[in-house]
Amino acid sequence: MPTATETTRRGPRGQAAVAVPGRQAARARRAQRARDWARRAPLLPALVFLVVVTQLPFVATVVISFTHWNALAPGNRGFAAFDNYVAVFADSAMRSSVVTTVLLTVTVVLVSLLLGLGLALLLDRSFRGRGIVRTLLITPFLVVPVASALLWKHALYNASYGLLNGALTWIWGLFGSHDPPQPDWMTNSPLAAVEVSLIWQWTPFMMLILLAGLQSRAADAIEAARMDGASAFDIFRYLTLPHLRRYLELAALLGTIYVVQNFDAVFTITSGGLGTANLPYTIYQTFYQAHDYGRASAQGVVVVLCSLVVATFALRTVSSLLREEVTR
Amino acid sequence: MNSAPLIRRRTGSLLGLAAWLCGIAFFLPVAWMVLTSFHSETDAATNPPSIVAGLSLHGYREFFGAGTGVSPWPPLINSLTASVVSTLLVLALAVPAAYALSIKPVRKWSDVMFFFLSTKMLPLVAGLLPVYLVAQNSGMLDSIWLLVILYTSMNLPIAVWMMRSFLSEVPGEIMEAASIDGAGLHTTLTRIVAPIAMPGIAATALISFIFSWNELLFARVLAGVVAGTAPVFLTGFVTSQGLFLAKLCAAATVISLPVLIAGFAAQDKLVQGLSLGAVK
Repeated sequence: MPTATETTRRGPRGQAAVAVPGRQAARARRAQRARDWARRAPLLPALVFLVVVTQLPFVATVVISFTHWNALAPGNRGFAAFDNYVAVFADSAMRSSVVTTVLLTVTVVLVSLLLGLGLALLLDRSFRGRGIVRTLLITPFLVVPVASALLWKHALYNASYGLLNGALTWIWGLFGSHDPPQPDWMTNSPLAAVEVSLIWQWTPFMMLILLAGLQSRAADAIEAARMDGASAFDIFRYLTLPHLRRYLELAALLGTIYVVQNFDAVFTITSGGLGTANLPYTIYQTFYQAHDYGRASAQGVVVVLCSLVVATFALRTVSSLLREEVTR
Repeated sequence: MNSAPLIRRRTGSLLGLAAWLCGIAFFLPVAWMVLTSFHSETDAATNPPSIVAGLSLHGYREFFGAGTGVSPWPPLINSLTASVVSTLLVLALAVPAAYALSIKPVRKWSDVMFFFLSTKMLPLVAGLLPVYLVAQNSGMLDSIWLLVILYTSMNLPIAVWMMRSFLSEVPGEIMEAASIDGAGLHTTLTRIVAPIAMPGIAATALISFIFSWNELLFARVLAGVVAGTAPVFLTGFVTSQGLFLAKLCAAATVISLPVLIAGFAAQDKLVQGLSLGAVK
């Protein structure tokens, strides 16, 4: 594709512009510029819209982060220099929410990636009712996230009438016991409770991408390997896994983008309590409950700087995907 | 020696069985949600669970405002407005942009692509406060149009990536041949680009609709009362007194229904969309 662009851009007129000086050259340059703008024109609305709606607010966030500004104490507004940043880094709640965010994201993405891989491998074979099983498996992803969080909190985890403890009562009852264990899931392991509900939601997503990857394998290479007596494990290790690599990377990248920003599950299931407050929730709280605009903005800036580090790494991964596409 | 195919067939059906069990396990919470939504409040909150209790429409009647008189229609309509209008805006902005990035690419088109994607990696929450302040000062707080704008910006980067990937399938030779034959821009677009782009547009619209319909944080902070959307309405369904599980499950089922229907109807589009069009 780049070669096609080059040839159109350095068309016969462009070369003439170099050879013939004077008015003709100027006219050619103007024409070239007009053509360039005609090319750019369809791109501009989207670009301008995105800069205005996503980049300008961030600039404002940076400015506000250097001010004292609490909506509950409007008299005290003024330049704060680095006060808000000092407060953010001194805040143990902020530090622990960074750890929580990393733990939550890594656990959810890794576990759902592995489960998704297992399920994709199961679904890649033909068996009776495969279409139905695929539909059953993607259902969790199609439940509205806040509905799913409420479902897990009240209908499944609830210690007195949730399905989990209900099932324990039922199973223990089968063996004649009237004293089943009834753990309070959300209090005993709050972070795991959030993670399980998110893994349930994101596994189908991973599975769908990996399944598409599996189905784009070259069937003849696998058939040839099988003819040559390669074991199923060898085929997986040396043929399937290398092929799946870019799909695994893509699934992990996209999963990370979404899970890092998760708000619904943390907000609904534990309300950020018991060490489950992640960064989006912490900023939400500083802004919405403490009304400390300066501090919330400083937190936002710190989060953005952290995610830039992650994003640079992630973008490098994607750029390899893009390059593959170009050379294809 | 004769037993080898038999063993293979047996492990084959065992793996099929395993797939079925996994499918049922993942579906179980949703099945439980739907079943509970048709139970009475007392049957919904028993331990052990009452699976074969009498069915009742009580939860749904409550959701549609039988007990409290609060109608769910305004939030549902708000959600529909925000999702549909922002999806249309996303398409109106993303399709031309994708055209400029694939069919007649601008210089440094891949840099532009990365700019689009990088805006998606900045946490939305970091820009929440300025948006809130601007909305407050311009009187747009609690307005559905503010959500429309924000949802458009939220889905635009993904949409550009998806549409570009679909449009880059349009073969350049055919475009050239068409222009040599004297086909104008209009003919080229409607006869060559559109048929290839239509499935991509459908996938992009589906993803954009789902993400807008699901969004909670912005809707909660910026549009709590008049312009409250369905997810915000749903969080208000949990009460501290009395039983509410059947009602909650009914509400969750109704609100998830549009996404469930759209997702089931277009499973393949969903895969393409979620992978930014990288997987076809």
